[in-house]
Amino acid sequence: MSAEAISESGVKSDFWDGVRLSMPVVVASAPFAVLFGALAVDNGFSVLEAFLMSAMIYGGASQMVGIELFGQHVAPWLIVLSIFAVNFRHVLYSAGIGRRIAHWPVLQQALGYFILTDPQYAVAEARAASGQSVGFVWYLGLGLPVYVFWVAESALGAVFGKLIPDTHALGIDFLLPIYFLGLVLGFRKRPLWLPVVAASAAASIVAYKTVGSPWHVSIGAIAGVLLAVILPPHHSGVGKRP
Amino acid sequence: MSTTFWIILAGAVATYLTRVGGHLVISRFDNIHPRVEAGLNAVPAAVLTTLVAPAALGAGPAEWAALIVTAIMSLRGGLMAMFLAGAAVLILARQFVG
Repeated sequence: MSAEAISESGVKSDFWDGVRLSMPVVVASAPFAVLFGALAVDNGFSVLEAFLMSAMIYGGASQMVGIELFGQHVAPWLIVLSIFAVNFRHVLYSAGIGRRIAHWPVLQQALGYFILTDPQYAVAEARAASGQSVGFVWYLGLGLPVYVFWVAESALGAVFGKLIPDTHALGIDFLLPIYFLGLVLGFRKRPLWLPVVAASAAASIVAYKTVGSPWHVSIGAIAGVLLAVILPPHHSGVGKRP
Repeated sequence: MSTTFWIILAGAVATYLTRVGGHLVISRFDNIHPRVEAGLNAVPAAVLTTLVAPAALGAGPAEWAALIVTAIMSLRGGLMAMFLAGAAVLILARQFVG
């Protein structure tokens, strides 16, 4: 066996190592992909638009926020800003993973950042922390199945969403607040979580009652973020590493 | 091209900027100001809360029951368990209180 053949089989096994690690993520995200497709159609998207949104944005929570605001007829620029705001956490993933993949060719890095989701970051960072190198082929094996299934299941959900007769009885109109509450509670270990949530909740409710629908999102979010910025840094647990 | 298409395209560009931007910015600075970092940490919970609180306030008993069960599940289960439990309670409760 030549050296080339050996390195090629190494590349293959790297890829399948990544694929194996992607399976729990594929399974866990499947219901949300189908749900996204169904809700997108329920909020006025076509099947093609639901498919395009999953293929181009590829960020579950931000897509849910986007279609929810779209359904409320919020101004387009505010929808885009909200998608940006929900995805803003990726800035931190990007800053973190950048050190691990800086040795890749630029085009591979560009693709790597496109599929940098929460689980992609978590699994890649864990591999780096265990002392193994994060290679492009392994990273692609981890991310590609999640991407392909996410996009395909979104389109499926959109097709079947049109067939659901009574969305109220199935609770489809209120599934998103439940999903978002789950996400909010998932962040509860973060410093300042309760004050930020309380400030955002209070401000968004007041804004909803006074200023009106689309603005309560921005006003509530700004209130929570400002509180975290204004409070002395030692409250927020930053500046020191755990 | 429809408005929806432009929203999706602009959303995709904005999202890609967040995914590549952290690396591009951080690789130029040695450290972030602690207050900026604290603000960044607060972003997801702050944004998502605004999508729950007003909706919860304007809802009825079936929705409240679902949210309470979701919150209780969060003490033990993951996101999937929370979501499924909340959704099950919602669908069940709506059969009775509409």
